[in-house]
Amino acid sequence: MIDGKVWKYGDDVNTDVIFAGKYTYKPMTPAEMAEHALEDLDPTFAKTVKPGDIIVAGANFGCGSSREQAATCIKASGVAAVIAVSFSRLFFRNAINEGLPVVELAGGTTMIGKDDQVKIDFEKGVVIHNGKEYRFPALPKEVLAILNDGGLIPHVKKALLKA
Amino acid sequence: MGLTFAQKVLAKKAGLSSVAVGQIVDVEPDYCLSHDNTAAIAKTFAKFGVEKVKNPERFVIVLDHTVPASTEEYAKGHKEIREFVAKQGIQAFYDVGVGICHQVLPEMGFALPGSLVLGSDSHTTAYGALGAFSAGVGRSEMAALYATSRIWLKTPASFKIEVRGKLKEPVTSKDLVLKIIGDIGADGALYKSVEYAGEAIEAMSLSSRLVLSNMAVEMGAKNGYCAPDKKTFAFLEHRAVAEYTPIYPDSDAEYERVLTYDASKLGPQVAKPHTVDNVAPVEEVEGTKIGQALLGTCTNGRLEDLRLAARYLEGKKIAKGVRMIVLPASQEVLLEALRGGLIEIFVRAGAMVLNPGCGPCLGAHQGVLAAGEVCISTANRNFQGRMGSSEAATYLASPATVAASAVAGVITDPRKVGRGGGA
Repeated sequence: MIDGKVWKYGDDVNTDVIFAGKYTYKPMTPAEMAEHALEDLDPTFAKTVKPGDIIVAGANFGCGSSREQAATCIKASGVAAVIAVSFSRLFFRNAINEGLPVVELAGGTTMIGKDDQVKIDFEKGVVIHNGKEYRFPALPKEVLAILNDGGLIPHVKKALLKA
Repeated sequence: MGLTFAQKVLAKKAGLSSVAVGQIVDVEPDYCLSHDNTAAIAKTFAKFGVEKVKNPERFVIVLDHTVPASTEEYAKGHKEIREFVAKQGIQAFYDVGVGICHQVLPEMGFALPGSLVLGSDSHTTAYGALGAFSAGVGRSEMAALYATSRIWLKTPASFKIEVRGKLKEPVTSKDLVLKIIGDIGADGALYKSVEYAGEAIEAMSLSSRLVLSNMAVEMGAKNGYCAPDKKTFAFLEHRAVAEYTPIYPDSDAEYERVLTYDASKLGPQVAKPHTVDNVAPVEEVEGTKIGQALLGTCTNGRLEDLRLAARYLEGKKIAKGVRMIVLPASQEVLLEALRGGLIEIFVRAGAMVLNPGCGPCLGAHQGVLAAGEVCISTANRNFQGRMGSSEAATYLASPATVAASAVAGVITDPRKVGRGGGA
């Protein structure tokens, strides 16, 4: 169960505003990446985000580039999960591979506002907000296995050890 | 019910007789691409505790994003990549200057009909223009591919975009794809396999089709397929690195959505700041003052693009106060442009011709924008802050619109201006 305070954004939050192109070929640690998280969307985010906070957005979150740092910087900023109406396929994969839970609420996220408190129950597959439950589809087992292993790197390591 | 291209190619790669939409398959890509991000990928690969890349012959590495290195950091990354490919015995390594990966892979014959190509770059969708299934992946996934050669993919549902009629000069495939993205939105084809079809697509050159497939990702698509034909086979004749078998969708394939366009009714389109789906006919933004014009990139840096732009620049001068940057997509394109006299036209007009590469498209170097500046570009993205300052603005358009605008100093409808050569 994740229980966190909400950072609320709209549709089509793209990878350039999450993690700018000018930083993508600079070697940085995840902690350094976190300092630039959402820089061109919300300059207050990186400065005040707290571990366990949750990002809630509209449709097509993470559209644009394949840059993995878009997921890494959010994960390293302490965000516990991202809830969106939909995700770009590359952000979705990158988030799973970084061990950052992503929750698709296809019915919409407009009922959730900034600074609201939201709970995510992965076992039941529900987001709880203001006492109301909103169902989300379970991740396919292949994908869940990666997330449960803490991301793609530990997942592949485990598989290579087994082989 | 028949099968779509995506179903057929993924079934073949997974060794199954057929796959259903939504089915997850475990596949081995034919070729995998990475670029300057190989430095970071190699570091992740080292974490697996595996000495050697499995199947080094499957990997193609092209240095194109920050070339030649503009900072010591970038230079260090390039050096590490050269050491990595040497150590791993990766033969298909194209160092600084050869070109942009999405032009180099087709030129070098790695983008083949019916093949599966994955790249740690979102515009890997480009190779759909040659009938490949090609999609972007993340850096960790590329590192895992180095180690295992395998990856999971979900079989996407498919859209068919049927384009009838004939594009009217100087309207190009760029205008068409901008129009489609504007209509369906940046998530209009989210997670779908897009199949382009119809007489306008059949009439297009491979270069024009590459624009459509490149920008499929800007409507959220996983790949953007064009049926390979005689033009594709002729292009690949002395290039293909392996034998290939084209894959075509069944005529009764099931599409989630079919969109129909009439190419003959289309005029020049422009994507306004700061999203690719913020599209308007050029008339709506005519007169907008610009400070920079960018011709080139993986989207529109091919010979036909340079040729089209040159028609508006020949015998003309770039407007005062405008910087024009020309980025040919590859050395091969640059050479052909040189031989065809296009480079002289650009230089005489006052444009800067840069080495093949991604240049300022992603805001790393070579012509980034200051706050308040406006650029018109043939690239594929105009996100806020992408080309430099978050207070700069980028408009996306065809080579004709960009060249006509560079001469006028304001966004200009290319249909309304005389072409060069005294016209």
